[in-house]
Amino acid sequence: MRIFLIKRIFTLLLTLLVATLVVFVVLEILPGDPAAVMLGINAEPETLNALRAQLGLNRPVWVRYLHWVADLTTGNLGISYTYDVPVSELILSRITLSFPLALLAMTLSTLIAIPMGIMAASHHNKPMDFLVMSFSQMGIAIPNFWFAMLLTLLFSVTFRLLPAGGFAGWDAGILPAFKSLLLPTIALALPQAAILARVTRSALLEVLEEDFIRTARAKGVNNQGTLWKHALRNALIPVVTIMGLQFSFLLAGTIIIENVFYLPGIGRLIFQAISQRDLIVVKNLVVLLAGAVIMINFMVDLLYAAIDPRLRGGENV
Amino acid sequence: MRKMKTLVTLIVLTLGIVIGPSAIAAKSSLNLGMVLEPPHLDPTAGAAAAIDEAVYANIFEGLTRIDKNGAVKPALASSWTVSDDKKTYTFNLQKNVSFHDGAVFDADDVVFSLDRARAKDSVNAQKALFKPIESVTKRDAHTVVVTLAQPTGGFLFNMGWGDAVMVDEASAAKNKSHPIGTGPFKFSKWVKGDRVVMVRNDSYWGTAAKLKSATIKIIPDPAAAASAILSGDIDAFANYPAPESLAQLESDPRFKVVIGTTEGETILSTNNQRGPFKRLKVRQAIAHALDRKAVIDGAMFGYGTPIGTHFAPHHPAYVDLIATHPYDLKKAKQLLTEAGYPDGFKAVIKLPPPSYARRGGEIVASQLRKIGIDLEIIPVEWAQWLDQVFKNKDYDLTIVSHTEPMDIGIYARKDYYFAYDSPRFQELMKELDATVDTQARYDILGQAQRLISQECVNGFLFQLAKHGVWNKKLRGLWENSPVQANDLTEVYWVD
Repeated sequence: MRIFLIKRIFTLLLTLLVATLVVFVVLEILPGDPAAVMLGINAEPETLNALRAQLGLNRPVWVRYLHWVADLTTGNLGISYTYDVPVSELILSRITLSFPLALLAMTLSTLIAIPMGIMAASHHNKPMDFLVMSFSQMGIAIPNFWFAMLLTLLFSVTFRLLPAGGFAGWDAGILPAFKSLLLPTIALALPQAAILARVTRSALLEVLEEDFIRTARAKGVNNQGTLWKHALRNALIPVVTIMGLQFSFLLAGTIIIENVFYLPGIGRLIFQAISQRDLIVVKNLVVLLAGAVIMINFMVDLLYAAIDPRLRGGENV
Repeated sequence: MRKMKTLVTLIVLTLGIVIGPSAIAAKSSLNLGMVLEPPHLDPTAGAAAAIDEAVYANIFEGLTRIDKNGAVKPALASSWTVSDDKKTYTFNLQKNVSFHDGAVFDADDVVFSLDRARAKDSVNAQKALFKPIESVTKRDAHTVVVTLAQPTGGFLFNMGWGDAVMVDEASAAKNKSHPIGTGPFKFSKWVKGDRVVMVRNDSYWGTAAKLKSATIKIIPDPAAAASAILSGDIDAFANYPAPESLAQLESDPRFKVVIGTTEGETILSTNNQRGPFKRLKVRQAIAHALDRKAVIDGAMFGYGTPIGTHFAPHHPAYVDLIATHPYDLKKAKQLLTEAGYPDGFKAVIKLPPPSYARRGGEIVASQLRKIGIDLEIIPVEWAQWLDQVFKNKDYDLTIVSHTEPMDIGIYARKDYYFAYDSPRFQELMKELDATVDTQARYDILGQAQRLISQECVNGFLFQLAKHGVWNKKLRGLWENSPVQANDLTEVYWVD
């Protein structure tokens, strides 16, 4: 287990370093001068040079790279070109929205998907299975932004029960904040749940075909018992894998939903930073997200080991 | 089973609390929707229109200000005198003015603000406004003398731009994230990506604002904007981003829809030094092949005013030159043949992200195809546009809206991206700078408009419209935008 951990942490750090290099090089190649974007089409060359000097953009490339990596290790991420506030502060304020939202959506999606998947698998080829599968098919087919717009039309425009968008902020109290996250959570969770329910069902069905299930049944364990005690645990590996992928996606890939509900999340920050050439925000955020994805994968690996004792050996992995 | 019941009760209760009736907004606050978030809040350090749209006249004020009709009005300078040679301006400042942090506003701040804007290391996006200034001196605490190198007719107007607002030396460096001005609203907070909040400045020197607070909410998505105004989350959009749903809002008794004008001349910018576009006849052919109404209908849902030159139609000096090059395909083809391109030619049009450009570009391309000019459409994002088109002039055609007020002077810059070099036009602009009499200025502006129209420097398409949508009970919002601003000083609610 210890070797397993050390190995994983080493790969983790190496991946992060490669990520910083790739991000930096790509942003160097990307056309667009941050100073020109900020000062617009009436600015004079002299003014542009003054701003470039102010932003530290006229230092050699490798000096800027080394400075950045050194700064990353100390957690000092610099000052945003456009917003003029520390990048860390900017990212932190967005994470307080994106992380709870991802967590809420993941929780809701799991609460819906796992029971549905189990129900479908235990009623294989019966009406219940058919019902769950049709729900899942629909959930996968419906684009989430369209579903989100329907939700706002119904709950905000017609019934005026919930805000159409925006984020009240946690300092406004748990309840208003939760209210502004309710519709986005549903819009994000349902399509994810549809996929997860499908995966749960097929993983369970596969396990239920295995020899050890037949043995358990032969030994007299009833249907419910085999399902909960023997099959479910063994079916969890693919489910956890998908959940890991989904959570990574929820952290940064929710830009469309953030747009529909005009939420100030990570996705919109990165999109805006790219279009305004706020490169310092872009590179730090991308590396941070890469780090988050690597961490999630790492935790998924640990979960594998927790679920399946055979994976704990280390030497065999 | 009992467990189940408790659970259901719990869920119902929670939902009841969560979805309970939202508090009815007191009628002394305003939620204003804006599409683009200001990158920062210092109007003296950036070109983004969103900065001025948030802070101009609300948080920051200049010596003069531009009112809703585009006229120059006194602001922090209560009055001024101009010397006979038109080179010395003496500004008398308002007394008892203080910045939001309590610092006193006086002549020193004027000297500091103007010197800062024209300094060598200045990052003012409109530094050209300050170029004519030779010196700024304080005569006494409430009098400032500005000496110009040459007479500049538009000087007082220029001092009303957002880029020329007055700042305090102590707080200037922090204005990007925490703006301190002298205006009727004080900055309260900025939740980045979501909203900018300002509250009434109770120690304002002039007429106090009627609203107690104003919140600018950032809503980039047109569909989200529609839901936000329909649900009542947003009280007003000064520039509503979804013209396709204006008809629906117009028929809703809760809202008022106002189509106003802006300073945005939307043009088919042409690289006057490249390939076939060097020839006047080719540019004339393009002018005859443009069907402006089709572009406005197709790209802007019918909202927009056709223009025949680079000038805002609502301005008194505007000359209607649409008839100079009427839509005439036969003539266009003939001109193209005379220019040596009987079979037309291939060219590239680079289109920035705004819908007027992307949608308008498709329509223009199909119109030019009719006379044999085959355009390859290349969509670019803003940063690329600024780099390739604007800075390096690597383009044939593009579509862009020039939203700066009174910006016909850009045609006198021969290194500008149009690559238009006309000594005659440059002469006219010099003459304009030296003229202070209004009617004489209008005459020169008229000649300038005619010249660029005759020379077909660019394809002149239409003036961007301002689609305002707001609650019927709201008064005092600007219907037109002579400068990029959402002046909230006179906004109030009626019952």
